[in-house]
Amino acid sequence: MRILEGEKVTIHFGGLAALQNVDFHLNQGEVVGLIGPNGAGKTTLLNLISGFLAPTSGVIKFRGEKISGLKRHQICRRGIARTFQSVKLFSNMTVPMNVLLGSLFGKARDIGRLDPEQEAMEVLKFVGLSEKKDILAKDLTLTDQKRLELARALATMPELLLLDEVMAGLNPAEVIVAIRLIKEISGKGITILMVEHVMRAIMSISDRIIVLHHGEKIAEGAPQEIIRDKKVIESYLGTDVYAKS
Amino acid sequence: MRSVRAVSLQWVLFICLIVILIGTMPLFVKPYTIVSITSILMYITLAVSWSMFCAPTGYISLATATFFGVGIYSSAVLAPVLPLPMVVVFGGLLSFLLGLLVGVISLRLAGFYFAIFTFGLSELVRNSVLWWEHNITITVGRYIPLVNSLIVYYSMIGIVLMTILVSYIIKHSKVGLALESIGECEDAAASIGINVTALRITFFAISCFFMGMAGAIMATKWTYIDPNSAFNPVLSFTPVLMSLFGGVGQIYGPLLGASILTFISEILLSKFPYHYALIYGIIFIVVIIFLPEGLVGWVKRWRKGHR
Repeated sequence: MRILEGEKVTIHFGGLAALQNVDFHLNQGEVVGLIGPNGAGKTTLLNLISGFLAPTSGVIKFRGEKISGLKRHQICRRGIARTFQSVKLFSNMTVPMNVLLGSLFGKARDIGRLDPEQEAMEVLKFVGLSEKKDILAKDLTLTDQKRLELARALATMPELLLLDEVMAGLNPAEVIVAIRLIKEISGKGITILMVEHVMRAIMSISDRIIVLHHGEKIAEGAPQEIIRDKKVIESYLGTDVYAKS
Repeated sequence: MRSVRAVSLQWVLFICLIVILIGTMPLFVKPYTIVSITSILMYITLAVSWSMFCAPTGYISLATATFFGVGIYSSAVLAPVLPLPMVVVFGGLLSFLLGLLVGVISLRLAGFYFAIFTFGLSELVRNSVLWWEHNITITVGRYIPLVNSLIVYYSMIGIVLMTILVSYIIKHSKVGLALESIGECEDAAASIGINVTALRITFFAISCFFMGMAGAIMATKWTYIDPNSAFNPVLSFTPVLMSLFGGVGQIYGPLLGASILTFISEILLSKFPYHYALIYGIIFIVVIIFLPEGLVGWVKRWRKGHR
């Protein structure tokens, strides 16, 4: 079943087309990688899905209903959560408070749930931050900040999670932990769309990969197909370290 | 974590004691002192209502004078025809409505731009009313029927209590957390389902409501008002200074700041009428340099040191 669908999604910044007639879809429960060179329009696509931008033309549908044009908080309450390329936390609040806000205001609040505080603690435990009770978000390491952002997004109880370069800046050991975490999230039945440059991660997690280049979709398919795709190799993978790693 | 907690018994008793003390004050002090305390109460209302929205969200409004002035002018227009309590409520409501409008117009503004916008707006309102009176009504200023200073005093007590109570409820509720999260990072707040737009507009307007009520009741004390005194730009800055002086983390910060600074300025004004502003300024500079987090921060550090 298709949980998310985009038809001819186009957005212009001034005269520049950041995305041009992009058709895409996500199946329920899938993990889809979104790759492409810098400036290809990956983050722009996430911003369009999460309501941070509105498309110039084209439609985005979530569970068959049009969501393009809705406000950011409305999209979150429908069940789409996101993280940001540059971490955006409530820096002067404690770690649990960041997550609690997610569970107080996210989608979850509409389905008459039990105890937001307890749920926040469970999510913290899930991402491995339950020890950091009295620490302010700004005092965490970058890795932990990324985890916290992920936890806050999860606390809103999304059905679809949009991840924008969660692995950027992590060392190889941390990447392995992050891969495991994302697989666990996917194991809970949450659909994931992730922008990532760490190819090893993308290859091992994704069921399917979408490749953007200059605002257009140039390829789509299983990881093994994508790494052999001529267009993708020319525009993005090249013959450098990415392909090897 | 936070929720509306039961206030401890000691605090309830302490607050009751203070309210009784202030309430019975007219029995054993000179009438002049009552006038002074009324003005302290007015500044508490302005500082606490300003902090109610501006402290958690970080949107620095410099339009307090406008909302206060709207209260004053509604009093000038309505006091002759309506009973006092209705005049006060109307003053608050008009400020609330203007607050909604300002909130909608300023939605895309953040940081410095919001502060400058609100200040520009307050000057625009002052000058518009001036222009109106010069060119349309051809009479500058208005007279307001005098109200017994004890009635003004007790009304101000009521308004202060209401402001503090609402401020407390907001601060200790879910919505207070949401306002704080907007101050921390608006994008992140929106991304977790917080309706940033609606909260910004609504709670800015609510804080304006109390400023308008204070203006409406205080107007009856002055008997004559004109645009320059009703929309006096100084009143846009004093609540900010008082809040910073007291510290904005807790409700008692702006409350203390307003009380102490008003008290000091009353004394300075009577003892050093020529150097009043100078001394006031020096005191403020010294406090900002040595107590950057205001009195609240100082009390907190002192408590930690003695634990």
